[in-house]
Amino acid sequence: MGRRFDIKHVPGFLPVTILCLVVLYAPLLVVTIYSLNDSNSITNWEGVSLRWYADVFTGPEAEKFKLAAWNSFTIAIIAATVSTSIATLAATAMVRGGRFRLRTVSFGLISMPLMVPEIVTAVATLIFFNSIGFTRGYSSILLAHIAFCIPFAYMPIAARMQGIEDSYEQAALDLYATKRQAFTRILLPMMVPGIISGYLLAFIISLDDFIITNFVKGAGIETLPTAIFGSVKQGIKPNIMAISTMLLALSILMVTISYFVSKSDKKT
Amino acid sequence: MQVTDDRINAIDIRNAVKRYGDFTALKTISLSIRDNEFFTLLGPSGCGKTTLLRMIAGFEDVTEGEIFLFGDEIEKLPPNRRPINTVFQNYALFPMMTILDNVAFGLEMKGESKAAARKRAGEMLELVQLSQFSSRKPSQLSGGQQQRVALARALAPSPKVLLLDEPLSALDLKLRQAMRFELKELQRETGITFIFVTHDQEEALTMSDRIAVMSAGELQQLGDARDIYERPSNMFVADFIGETNLLEVEVDAVEAGRAQVHLGGGHQLSVDAVEGVGKGAKVHMSVRPERLYLSEGAEGPESLAGTVRANMFVGTDIQTLLDLDGGVQISVRSSNSERGNKRVFEPGQIAHINMEQGAARLLAD
Amino acid sequence: MAGGAASGGSARTDTYREARHWLLLPSWVVLIFLILIPVLMMLVYSFLTKEFRGGVIWEFSLDAYDQFFFNRGLFGDEPPSIEWTYITIFWRSIWQAGAATILSLVIGFPTAYFIATRPEKVRPMWVFLITIPYWVNLLIRTVSMKFVLRDQGPLNDFLLWTGLIDSPLHIVNTNFAVQLGLFYSYLPFMVLPIYASVERYNFALSEAASDLYAGKWVTLRRILLPAVKPGVIAGCILVFVPSLGSFLAPDLLGGAKNFMIGSLIEEQFKGNAGNWPFGAAASMILLSMVLIILIVFARQQARAEKGGA
Repeated sequence: MGRRFDIKHVPGFLPVTILCLVVLYAPLLVVTIYSLNDSNSITNWEGVSLRWYADVFTGPEAEKFKLAAWNSFTIAIIAATVSTSIATLAATAMVRGGRFRLRTVSFGLISMPLMVPEIVTAVATLIFFNSIGFTRGYSSILLAHIAFCIPFAYMPIAARMQGIEDSYEQAALDLYATKRQAFTRILLPMMVPGIISGYLLAFIISLDDFIITNFVKGAGIETLPTAIFGSVKQGIKPNIMAISTMLLALSILMVTISYFVSKSDKKT
Repeated sequence: MQVTDDRINAIDIRNAVKRYGDFTALKTISLSIRDNEFFTLLGPSGCGKTTLLRMIAGFEDVTEGEIFLFGDEIEKLPPNRRPINTVFQNYALFPMMTILDNVAFGLEMKGESKAAARKRAGEMLELVQLSQFSSRKPSQLSGGQQQRVALARALAPSPKVLLLDEPLSALDLKLRQAMRFELKELQRETGITFIFVTHDQEEALTMSDRIAVMSAGELQQLGDARDIYERPSNMFVADFIGETNLLEVEVDAVEAGRAQVHLGGGHQLSVDAVEGVGKGAKVHMSVRPERLYLSEGAEGPESLAGTVRANMFVGTDIQTLLDLDGGVQISVRSSNSERGNKRVFEPGQIAHINMEQGAARLLAD
Repeated sequence: MAGGAASGGSARTDTYREARHWLLLPSWVVLIFLILIPVLMMLVYSFLTKEFRGGVIWEFSLDAYDQFFFNRGLFGDEPPSIEWTYITIFWRSIWQAGAATILSLVIGFPTAYFIATRPEKVRPMWVFLITIPYWVNLLIRTVSMKFVLRDQGPLNDFLLWTGLIDSPLHIVNTNFAVQLGLFYSYLPFMVLPIYASVERYNFALSEAASDLYAGKWVTLRRILLPAVKPGVIAGCILVFVPSLGSFLAPDLLGGAKNFMIGSLIEEQFKGNAGNWPFGAAASMILLSMVLIILIVFARQQARAEKGGA
């Protein structure tokens, strides 16, 4: 007897899925393994060691990477905080503001950073800062990051708010709460999973950004991606693989947190 | 304002209209709801009953007209300034708060101290027999328990009127039937006016002091359960409430409160006259199947002969379908009991259909 | 109006109607100043005269567009002929993005379908597995890809070890490496919309077709595929559009011979060429292409929705 007839089953799709996962994960796995290589060359394997991780913090390029990491993380924290706050307010207007003329326009504006190719945004932002005479540096990177992080923060927040029936706020209003109280005491606490997801996404997007940062950063300031790119241009070195592995682990950690936050919330 | 004054209605709706753009959801409704009344808005989905309820609560603007609460005009007030509370269809219990905090929320928002609010909330939970769950979250409760929490939460701030938006629809049948009595009991104990919205006629008929039947944004009939069931004022109400035979008749004469009518096949009948239906009118007549009975020979003057087409066993009743001359079809229900002991006719047999006194009712439209 | 529809809230949720403009104000300010106005400034810059070593002279000029499309000789005095250099770069970008899209579709569709037909409980876990790599830094992913594909890299080591090849394959600095890099960059964008539409698909339709004697592949092609077509098109656009303007994959994996639009633009601002109006014009042309694709797609979606309803 063959297997039970299942209309959904298509032979061959499972191997393709496995191939897909292999292609997605193999490079990351390989880099992680080679970051532990106790060798000056990236090609030969000479046993396991953490020397390149030590090199990142104490080696000749340590100062450069420390500064770049400081810039990257402070920019990501500030940009994610500001863009998440802006996105939360915008989502409230878009999802709880009824139908209005500026709604479509606003939606277009919010999703603009997603539709415009990143390199075009980068060029446009560079030109803008240049034409108003804004000195390029930390603050120009920060401003650009705040802008393009907004849609990434907005999407999970708006999705979450759409999933909350308005009868909760109405119940609060019905029980003598003001609209402000209904927002801060009821809607906002219910939004927390969406806001956490939005914040984490914005944080990762800011931390990962290379193209826009590369355009608007100006000379003399680096973030982790631009510093890594500069190094890679001279060839892949083992310390780059150690940094990459650390960033990779951080991204996966944050996405995993975001996943479990939304999952645990669905259960209640 | 004297709340005890009998002449003052709990809610007075005067010429209320609700439009959404071009669409008119409510067409000029005027309605008075008495103090201490269990009042039901009944109608199919889309009839405007929930819109009307939400206008009383303050969630919908009133396009035209006024709403009074014990004599005070309220239609311009936001919901948080109306002493009216709502039990929502999905209960809308705040998921991140405990049961006790949910029930205390309204009191706190009204400005009571946290301690006082919680004390009163505890009493309310006792009233609905849920004290042991006070520190749980809503998601840890069953549907029936959540429903009682929603009731306690809405009653805790002692509203002047309680609105209930299909509160039983999410419960299973057994629980729903049990909750009907609990709700009715709670209304009597608290003395608060309840306005209840439902599409379930059985719920409406069993619980309400008075019922407003609505359809297509209009009030169709207002009355107590008996009025609405036995004296439907139009086709819609007759058809919507319960099961009925709607027969086309033509009025031959009207005299001394009686109307002589004939059916399509020429059968003559004498029924109670109704205002607005005169000689020559072609109208419908509603006859409830359980007010008819079958016999071999004619019993009384209002009797029609028909051929049995089919019998259907419906548990409590047996439903018999008969064909009359002129393509008229009539359904008759007889009780499935030993005492009734009425003869069951087989398909193809001729039977006489007899009407109880007042079984047939002419409908104006 | 009554019952579920009104309390469901999807149709009219306007609790914060009065505050909506205030709530939108911060996002408007940020996005108008940092996205909309900059794009308009870029349009203006594309019509200005170039200054050597970057920047512009505020003088109207069509030079940037002229340079893009026409060749007037070294001194600009010959009769104009079509300039193929940049058109070729654009054409190559379209071709590369297209190839990456097809690669993503071939791998992504079966994957999306497979995930969508798993038991409901484990589906989020599968989706999560597919999306994790997307959240890893794009630069790191591209560098990893390059590391693996290198002539002395693990892939060649592995293939040499198995004896499938006896000299290393040269993959880096080829078109294929770029396609692979783009595929790797944007695969989740292909999988997610297809997954969503297959998940929504009512498999009773397939059962009905198979009940009427259709085979599995016929059912898949004639019943399921038309139903999930919007998801497939969305996925293709979501891969194609960012691929078109990508910079990292062609720069790191393609090398100088496999120049794409992104590198051309970057060179005008970061490199030695330093022709800002030309870079702005190339960006405008790229943006126009993307917007046309998105508008055509949006109109088709709207029409499909109308037809469906």
